Amino acid sequence: MSEFLRNAVDLQVQADAIGLGAIFALMAVGIGLVFGVLRLVNFAYGQLIMAGGFALAFASERGWPVAVGIVLCVAVVLALSLAMERVVFRPLRTQSAAVMLIATFAVSFLLQSIALLWFGPLGKPAASLASLNRPVSIGDVEIRKIAIVAIVSAAICLVLLVLLLNRTSIGLHMRAAAMDFDTARLLGVRANLVSMVAVLVAGVLAAVVAVMLTVQFPTVTPTFALRETIIVLAGVVVGGMTRLVPATLGGFAIGYASGVLGGALPSNQSQYLTSIIFVAVILVLLLRPAGLFTRGVRTVERV
Amino acid sequence: MNATLEVRDLDVAYGGVPAVRGVSFTVDAGEIVGLIGPNGAGKSTTLHAVMGLLPARAGDVVLRGVSMRGKSPEKIASAGIALVPEGRRLFAELTVEENLRLGFAARREAGEDDALAEVFELFPALIESRRRPAGVLSGGQQQQLAIARALVSAPAVLLLDEPSLGLAPTVVDLVLSTLEAIRERGIAVLLVEQRAQRTVALADRTHVLANGELRLTLTPEDAADTDRMVAAYLS
Repeated sequence: MSEFLRNAVDLQVQADAIGLGAIFALMAVGIGLVFGVLRLVNFAYGQLIMAGGFALAFASERGWPVAVGIVLCVAVVLALSLAMERVVFRPLRTQSAAVMLIATFAVSFLLQSIALLWFGPLGKPAASLASLNRPVSIGDVEIRKIAIVAIVSAAICLVLLVLLLNRTSIGLHMRAAAMDFDTARLLGVRANLVSMVAVLVAGVLAAVVAVMLTVQFPTVTPTFALRETIIVLAGVVVGGMTRLVPATLGGFAIGYASGVLGGALPSNQSQYLTSIIFVAVILVLLLRPAGLFTRGVRTVERV
Repeated sequence: MNATLEVRDLDVAYGGVPAVRGVSFTVDAGEIVGLIGPNGAGKSTTLHAVMGLLPARAGDVVLRGVSMRGKSPEKIASAGIALVPEGRRLFAELTVEENLRLGFAARREAGEDDALAEVFELFPALIESRRRPAGVLSGGQQQQLAIARALVSAPAVLLLDEPSLGLAPTVVDLVLSTLEAIRERGIAVLLVEQRAQRTVALADRTHVLANGELRLTLTPEDAADTDRMVAAYLS
């Protein structure tokens, strides 16, 4: 036990955990933003990240520069996001939450199957950014570069998102649509535009996450980011699904907890990590069903 | 010459049950037209159909000669019809100013700052609360904000669904008197109300709706004629 604690407070473990929390927070924002505007739990979010991962692998295989790989990754994820919005989300917008959730399951499995056909079960390596796994020394602590890159990128993304939501009229329209879509439309807020922008912003975040995750897990397989998506969905629900800030904190918290546990558990017990996380999720949901980071039980209902 | 808003033989049904039948009326620029009647008469249904929130089964809604039939609420809002919904439907957590800025969504012309200045002139109580959440305002101020939010879109037609509901009598006076100021700006105002006498006195003409049909039209002279008012409701 004491070794567990010593590992848990180790600065390198802490830095990695915060880095993982930052990546999960971005995924939580992507899921929470789309849920807020469309009231749709996008289970296929992980497959956007997977597609971005394959784009990076594709570029890396051909020896293209890193920047080209990242541009390709963003382009692929955005194109796929737009297609999802037009073909699935938009026609189903007036359907029940259950219908939309099942539809995103279908999209998720469809994309996994396509990846399996195209790239095979073993996947492809995306190694062009592998050097970010090397540590830098800060004082006498060694921290992996990717932890720093993840934290800084997440912070930049979140600041840009806050500016978009609070300083632009499309951001105001998105916030209003998340609170009461019908009234927003009554005022002339364009439902299709708002839903498209929400999906595109979520797509940009998925692309950023794809870049970060391929550094941590350089082999991109058809199930890439699937486990992470399930954990983040749990985090989003634990934090408070109906609001963006609690959802983001929930994503961060579950990523951070996974990181600390992963770093502190002895390697022969690491298979228990997911179980421990989900037991914690169940406990939190029993104690605070409205969310860990929401005030009171106030939730936003669409009228 | 077409009226600003023309409702022609409007039929609306809820799941096969007719709620509004063959309703026709016009509202011209600078006019207030009232729509009164008992609960369930079809007043709100008429407004919702005009705004595109409910589909018309037959008939048409024509704004400045252009049919609005089958258009989405956001398209109709952008075409120049603004609704002040029943219960106000403000965004309680957004500030007063953010609520007003949402009204710009339907606006087609520039001059947003002037539009804000104009509504603050009309509703001075909103100026000092512009950075507060709309949810903390009093009921009367919330109603003023709901009307102001509709006005900043520079609409040709303003629809109001029971704006006096739940307000203290002095606040009702204030809200209804601002409608006169709004009329003077050349906006066509369609007012749905429960307060029959006040509406008949204020409006250029008031249609009485019962069981989804227009029964009779009253003018301000009828407001003092209590017998006629009562008969209008009981007919």
